[in-house]
Amino acid sequence: MGKAPKKRSMADKVRKTKTSTEIKNNPFEVKINRKKFDILGRKSKHDVGLPGVSRSKAINKRKETLLKEYKQKNKSSKFIDRRFGEYDTKMAPEDKILKRFAMERQRNHDKKDVYNLNEEEELTHYGQSLAEMEKFNDLVNSDDESEEKGLLSAELTASHFGGGGLLRKKSLGEQQEGEGSHRAKSRQELIEELIQKSKLEKRERQVQKEEAQELTEKLDQEWKSIQALMVKKTPKGERVEEEKPKLEQYDMMVRELGFEMKAQPSEKLKTPEELAREEREKLQKLEADRLRRMMGDEVGESSQSQIHMSADDLNDGFILDTDDKKTLSYQDGKWNIGEESEEDKGEDEEEGQSGEEEESEAEEEDEDGDEEEEEEEEEEQEGSSEEEDGHSDLESEQESEDEEEKQDEKASAKPSLSKEEIKAQQEAAKAELPYTFTAPENYSDLKDLLHGHTPDNQRLIVARTQKSNHASLAVGNKLKLQKLFVFLLEYIGELATRSPPELTTIDKLIPELYTLCQMFPEAACKAMQSILGDAGHSMEEVLEVKGHVAFPALDMLIYLKVTALLFPTSDFRHPVTTPALLYISQALTKCPVRSLQDLTSGLALCCLAVEYVSFSKRFLPELINFLAGTLHLAVQDKTALGYTVVLPFRPSGKCSDLLVLSDSESCQSWSKKSLPLSATQRLELKNELGRDHHRLMCLSTCLDLVKRCCLLYKDLTSFACIFQPIRSLLSKHLSAQTLPELLQELHSEILETISSAPVTHSRLVLERKKPIPLKLLTPKIVEVLDYGKKRGSTREEREKERLQHKYKKEFKGALREIRKDTRFLAREKLNEVMNRDSERKRKVRELFGSLATQEGEWKALKRRKRK
Amino acid sequence: MAPAKKRNVSSAKTTEQSVKTAKIDLNTKVESILESRKNANDVFDILEILQSAKEKDVVNAVNACSKLFCTLLEKKELFLGKLPGEEEALSGGYSAEEKYRMFMRHRYNSCVEMLLEHLSHELHGVKESALCCLMKFAAGEGQHPLEDLDWSEHYSFPRELIQAVVKRLLSKTTDNSLMISRFQEFLEMEDVRYYVMSSIRENVGKVMDKNKGALDPIYQNNVFTLMSNISVPSQESELTNFMVKQEAKHDDWKVAKLNEHKRVFERMWLGFLKYKLPSNMYKKILVILHDCILPHMSKPTLMIDFLTAAYEVGGAISLLALNGLFVLIHQHNLDYPDFYKKLYNLLEPSVFHVKYRARFFHLANLFLSSSHLPVYLVAAFAKRLARLALTAPPTALVIVLPFIYNLIRRHPSCRVLIHKPSTEDEPLEDPYLMDEEDPAKCRALESSLWEIKTLQKHYHPDVAKAAMSINTPLSEKEDDISEVLEITTYELMERDLKQSQTKSVPLEFETATQLLKGGANVLGQHFCLD
Repeated sequence: MGKAPKKRSMADKVRKTKTSTEIKNNPFEVKINRKKFDILGRKSKHDVGLPGVSRSKAINKRKETLLKEYKQKNKSSKFIDRRFGEYDTKMAPEDKILKRFAMERQRNHDKKDVYNLNEEEELTHYGQSLAEMEKFNDLVNSDDESEEKGLLSAELTASHFGGGGLLRKKSLGEQQEGEGSHRAKSRQELIEELIQKSKLEKRERQVQKEEAQELTEKLDQEWKSIQALMVKKTPKGERVEEEKPKLEQYDMMVRELGFEMKAQPSEKLKTPEELAREEREKLQKLEADRLRRMMGDEVGESSQSQIHMSADDLNDGFILDTDDKKTLSYQDGKWNIGEESEEDKGEDEEEGQSGEEEESEAEEEDEDGDEEEEEEEEEEQEGSSEEEDGHSDLESEQESEDEEEKQDEKASAKPSLSKEEIKAQQEAAKAELPYTFTAPENYSDLKDLLHGHTPDNQRLIVARTQKSNHASLAVGNKLKLQKLFVFLLEYIGELATRSPPELTTIDKLIPELYTLCQMFPEAACKAMQSILGDAGHSMEEVLEVKGHVAFPALDMLIYLKVTALLFPTSDFRHPVTTPALLYISQALTKCPVRSLQDLTSGLALCCLAVEYVSFSKRFLPELINFLAGTLHLAVQDKTALGYTVVLPFRPSGKCSDLLVLSDSESCQSWSKKSLPLSATQRLELKNELGRDHHRLMCLSTCLDLVKRCCLLYKDLTSFACIFQPIRSLLSKHLSAQTLPELLQELHSEILETISSAPVTHSRLVLERKKPIPLKLLTPKIVEVLDYGKKRGSTREEREKERLQHKYKKEFKGALREIRKDTRFLAREKLNEVMNRDSERKRKVRELFGSLATQEGEWKALKRRKRK
Repeated sequence: MAPAKKRNVSSAKTTEQSVKTAKIDLNTKVESILESRKNANDVFDILEILQSAKEKDVVNAVNACSKLFCTLLEKKELFLGKLPGEEEALSGGYSAEEKYRMFMRHRYNSCVEMLLEHLSHELHGVKESALCCLMKFAAGEGQHPLEDLDWSEHYSFPRELIQAVVKRLLSKTTDNSLMISRFQEFLEMEDVRYYVMSSIRENVGKVMDKNKGALDPIYQNNVFTLMSNISVPSQESELTNFMVKQEAKHDDWKVAKLNEHKRVFERMWLGFLKYKLPSNMYKKILVILHDCILPHMSKPTLMIDFLTAAYEVGGAISLLALNGLFVLIHQHNLDYPDFYKKLYNLLEPSVFHVKYRARFFHLANLFLSSSHLPVYLVAAFAKRLARLALTAPPTALVIVLPFIYNLIRRHPSCRVLIHKPSTEDEPLEDPYLMDEEDPAKCRALESSLWEIKTLQKHYHPDVAKAAMSINTPLSEKEDDISEVLEITTYELMERDLKQSQTKSVPLEFETATQLLKGGANVLGQHFCLD
């Protein structure tokens, strides 16, 4: 029982001694276990047994273990194997061997050898030194190969196939050994000498052979030269001569390549067509996503693909902003408000240039929208002007803050050395805006940072702040940039509330906002939500108190527009745009129109609303109501209305004539131009003519929006009902004659679209349901996959059961083994007894025999005597 | 901070001191008057101060007066019965004692006059103290009547005084709502309330007759504020809180009877409502009518005329009248011809925009919950509501769509509105007549609810989802609209704002370059940056 681990090794040994195929092929050895059922998919190991083999194995095993023990019984003296680790079963045999070897080496190690560093061990193969073997290269000669053949081993192979180092060393070591050891020659050494001698002979033989070959070759060549005389063709000789330099070249190449770094496989460069196609595919995918979200399907895991990624994007969140190409080399310095006079000068100069650049970029930007092409542009520009090249270099290095100062030096030095003076001066002039900015900690920081800069510079500052605080550079940067987004939003709101509103600055800051938003969608979403939530809440509060509210201020309009720029407006449900739309609708229903200014605000909101739904074509009743109400304001005769106006408009009242022209003559002098957004806040119209013009402008905007709405909602089933008020308004109350030509056109277009829409619809029918299947009466089949296993118990119970089963099996096995052991022992004992008995019998018989012969001899002697 | 505080304290101290001295002054005077009749002439000083311009002085004087005359009333040192004129009193043959009493009574009367004047003072503090003082006088008079109580059917109560106070409260020139709310505490007392109610009725009748029924917003507003503050207890046993305790004959006293209270209450309101009212007053009355007025009336059916008139007015007023009408129909068996027709005609686009939307839909839901309504009527309602839903804001749509579904659920024969399979599948024009006033003739049953189909494209996800449910057969269970009745736009917004974001936020993939670009460029086409 206690010999379990040993058993296995024994069994292995036994198995190895037999030739298994021999046994397996012997039909008398094989016992086939009959199977009762054939089970598909089950592999049975025990269909064939070799009882004889296993029995003999068992017997052998016992003989080696049990029998030995039995024989040692009652014996005090013992044979002990003192080899290292002989009885250590935990050690692997390899380890044992190694250890023993090491110990042996240690034992052999003399004091003399302590300082012998170069002593190297000789490696052998089948008792022969490998170093020796190498020198005796077998020659495989063929006629084609010439004298270089001989070189093609030791040195050559070493250099070509990289196996040289070790071998060479060994041969060296061997020589030293030969020199160093002059002791009394042991038997081994003698044998070695003998071997060496034979090798030497072998080598000599080889050399002779080579010489003979050389001679034959020489002969061949000579013969060839003669042959060339005979035949005017030298087929092989020249070729052989040419091969030589080629091979050298080859060797050099091989060596070179060996030292050379391995080149990484790179992706194939893409052609413009391929790029374009990829881009298109990407856009198509994004578009498909957008459509799916619009339908209100649940978004899967593909949501992250929303983020636009260029083909070269490293997916590290870094977005290259090529618009910064015009970044100028400014001296590194702290930002001082006190230095403004200098800065202003610089800015003035810069403005001129940046304006030009802005133009050129604007053209480019019109065509593209994606980064990839912008990058191409960058390359183009790099090629065109070296000055800019230098900057783009800088730009790419800007990412690391450590190198910042170095770059600045470079930046200031480089152009002044290399470029014309004008450009250098420009550079110097521009050298005021620092490259790095610390991210603002609070809103007033940002305000201070941006205070007193031109819109372009402000944008530059924000862009640089963003870059120098990129999330991958430091741990806290992500948070800083998220804050920056919030502050920027706040800043935009403040710009919009200033009078006059600084909308151009906002316009410039939009790309930065977009970039930041793309980086941190969650933070952006939260910031926007809080703005919308606050606005909605305050509006609700005012409504509760007063029952009506004033139109949202310009900052809110800007926020709504920015929302539309940053987030998709077409989604079925979106955490930002849905509340934004609700806010718009709330404003359109609850804000009374009391002045032309209010009306302008309302129309701006309508424009936004149309933008929000332009892609998804969703129905916005408030929009139609407001537009109808606006048209109602322009109706002169307000008696006998054929339609109803919905709040916030009233059929009649003090403000219901806002859009009625005071003088019909003003139509002639009117021409269409854009309304300023600031008109929603402050409207200064000196005279009646100006008022009339503004009225016409509002009216034209309104009509245009109505037209757009008509086209948007053309497919709705209740289109006719929705547009019925507008239709009757336009056809009966607001006659086209009194309007300018442009509006007359719109007027007729709208009426046409409305009347062209289909008024007939098929009846509503519920969607067909799948028929409910009949009840089936076939028995339910439960598939049982794990036979024999008890199901429904807990894990602990199963574990316990398993252990018990295992224990039982082991116990039985052990009993069996013990029985077999006793049987074996009994047999052995019996054998012993029998042997002993037979020996005794033999001896007795021998004795009897000898006695009998003795007796016979004695009797014969007696008989003879008697005779 | 510290020095300023000190200064404040010191200055406060000085004023306090001056006030104190004045108070002490007045108090000593009052005490001296009460002590001996020699000092009776000091009353004039007090009354003089009562007319001074300073608020504090006046208030002090008022307090002094109240103390003085209340004590006098208690001591019964005021002349009882019919008071002769001042000259007469001096000349007539009265005893000195009587002369003194008469003198005091005259002073009392003039004091009351002045206090009544003060009720229309511009300073609230003065008004308030004057009011309190007058009510103390009233209580005192009630306990110790100034008249001779010889005849039995008269119960001692200072009706004249109360009437005068009410008259002052119902001013034609100033809004007295603050005073009236102060006055409310006295209305807790049953007898005061009773007499106030009857004096209001008299006052209103008098004033409005003088006006010949013309509108007088301030006056009517005052009357309304006062009247709406009056509430009659629901049980007679609750009538316990009296200002003047009537020892004898308590059981016969009208004031102690709930029915009398209700009758007076009813007459007061009817007296007020029979005159023409400004429209916002109309609304205010209708808002409180069903739970503040009708339950307290002895015969609520008397309100029928008023309510039907209001129902005929149209618009928001009709909507509000619905509630009162409902109470009458429901509890008092009012039979209103063409009620549903009128209800049908109340459905205008404005229904969804007015403040009383929740109340209206709550009632409409009640009215239409009857299963005995004809199908054509229910279909007409459903169709009209659906049509109007095309102009409604999302907050209203959240109510209307389940409302329509509930109608269809209650009346399964209305299912043709959303499910009408026909063999000839030819498209047809909507046969529904929106302008037809009679629900029986509007051909709603022949139509389908295409409007809801349209609303499936509504911009708000909740509305669109609700509208989607007509695609499949409606569930058996009715939707509960009471939860959404009061929903506001902000609450709708919050649904999206507060949503915990497990998924990432989708972003716009078109790069934004300019403020006015993007979208369909609508804003950019009509507006420029500056």
